[in-house]
Amino acid sequence: MNNLSQEGLADWAGPILQGALTTLEIAVLAYAIGLLLGLIGASARLSPWAPVRGLGILYSTAVRAVPELLLIILLYYAGSQALTALTNAMGFSGQVSINGFVTAVGVLAFVQGAYMTEVLRGAILAIPRGQLEAADAFGFSAWARFRRIVVPAMLPTALPGMSNLWLILIKDTALISVIGYSELFFTIQQAASSTRAHFLFYAAAGVIYLAMTLSSTALFARLERYLRRGQPTTEEA
Amino acid sequence: MDFSWLGDPFYQEYLIEGFINTLWLIAVSAVGGLALAVLVAITRLKAPRPLALAVQGFTTVMRGTPLLVQLFFFYYGVGRLLEGIPGIQDSVIWPLLRDPFFYGALTFILSVGAYSGEVIRGALLSVPPGEREAGRAFGLTPLQVFFRLWLPRAIQQCLPTLTGEMILLLKSVPLVSTIAMMDLLQAANIIRDETFLVYEPLMLIGGIYLAMTLVLTLVLRQVERHFPGMKPERGRGWLPRRSLHTHGEAP
Repeated sequence: MNNLSQEGLADWAGPILQGALTTLEIAVLAYAIGLLLGLIGASARLSPWAPVRGLGILYSTAVRAVPELLLIILLYYAGSQALTALTNAMGFSGQVSINGFVTAVGVLAFVQGAYMTEVLRGAILAIPRGQLEAADAFGFSAWARFRRIVVPAMLPTALPGMSNLWLILIKDTALISVIGYSELFFTIQQAASSTRAHFLFYAAAGVIYLAMTLSSTALFARLERYLRRGQPTTEEA
Repeated sequence: MDFSWLGDPFYQEYLIEGFINTLWLIAVSAVGGLALAVLVAITRLKAPRPLALAVQGFTTVMRGTPLLVQLFFFYYGVGRLLEGIPGIQDSVIWPLLRDPFFYGALTFILSVGAYSGEVIRGALLSVPPGEREAGRAFGLTPLQVFFRLWLPRAIQQCLPTLTGEMILLLKSVPLVSTIAMMDLLQAANIIRDETFLVYEPLMLIGGIYLAMTLVLTLVLRQVERHFPGMKPERGRGWLPRRSLHTHGEAP
């Protein structure tokens, strides 16, 4: 029996690696889009205009209060139905089945954006007011102030939160298997049920995810050191 | 929007069963998980080095892998292995070992134990050692110092983070629908399959979760307010930020 399961792992190594690659692609894209949504959400929440602020609060609060799995399933169906309605309205008839990859990225980015909104909002609020006023006094345009002052000043503060969100995102990609897109965990499930070596394959899945999260932690630690260059260091106890 | 299925007693029964199972699972996992967390925290600080390292390995693995993978690992992986043990199917604990609820609770307890264990460990470290020494000087036994002084002081420090962990636990419960346990999401899935209505059941339980999150947040805020020596932070939103799960320490 042991021999059989050993053989199973070797046979499935290719598809599993492919799945791991897909998972990373989904995660990177969703993170990038989530970062953008987070920036938009944070500027909405900090907007002087109350209705925009309300929209920002609604987005970040509602999304964070509902379980991710539920949102993923809901948005998966909503997404395909909305596209169908759109194409029908444009004169094409029939059901549209959207690409699983696009759905996965879209849904995860949408959820990620809500958490990112809060992380970035907190980091922007932590920038000393005087720095922003100094930029204004020197006649910076809004865009220059954002790019030259706000982003570099908030990044070190935001980075711990951003690194947590990346780790959470990697782990959340496993939820995509529920809607049947063949990323890493979906492939693992197929492998486990076809070889009947459940223990082996789910343990292997754990090892792969662990490798991804541990190496990310190390990378983020280096990135934080880089971003904090030139900042006064406090003696660590 | 068609909510007429809400009148069907069959579906009501599913939803109520799912709701009760959800509450039970949260209660069992929260109590068991926090107890394990205290054990994890003190083991990492005070146990002999090999044991402390083993526990550190445990928290690293639990915090570095998806909860869904852990759930499948215990239910399908460990569960199938247990099935193979001769004689176990006739034993008294077999009904428990067949129940997805058992594996759900087991996974959540281990997960809460790992995440919250790290939180409590950090809080224990931040209690000034002088307070413990004062306790010893007054003649408390080491055990009394831990339970009456050290741990309560630590929990004062990390209570907001722990309440955040409990909200995360609440939001993890729908995962158990994937191991065929009847929770709210499973109830919604059944209703969806039978009525061909996609949105209504999912939106209903989305609303229920929104309400549960709100209620749990308010209840936990009362706990925070009434915990001895606590000054609740002012101006926090009703939803805690996602806590600093993995940050603070490169595993």
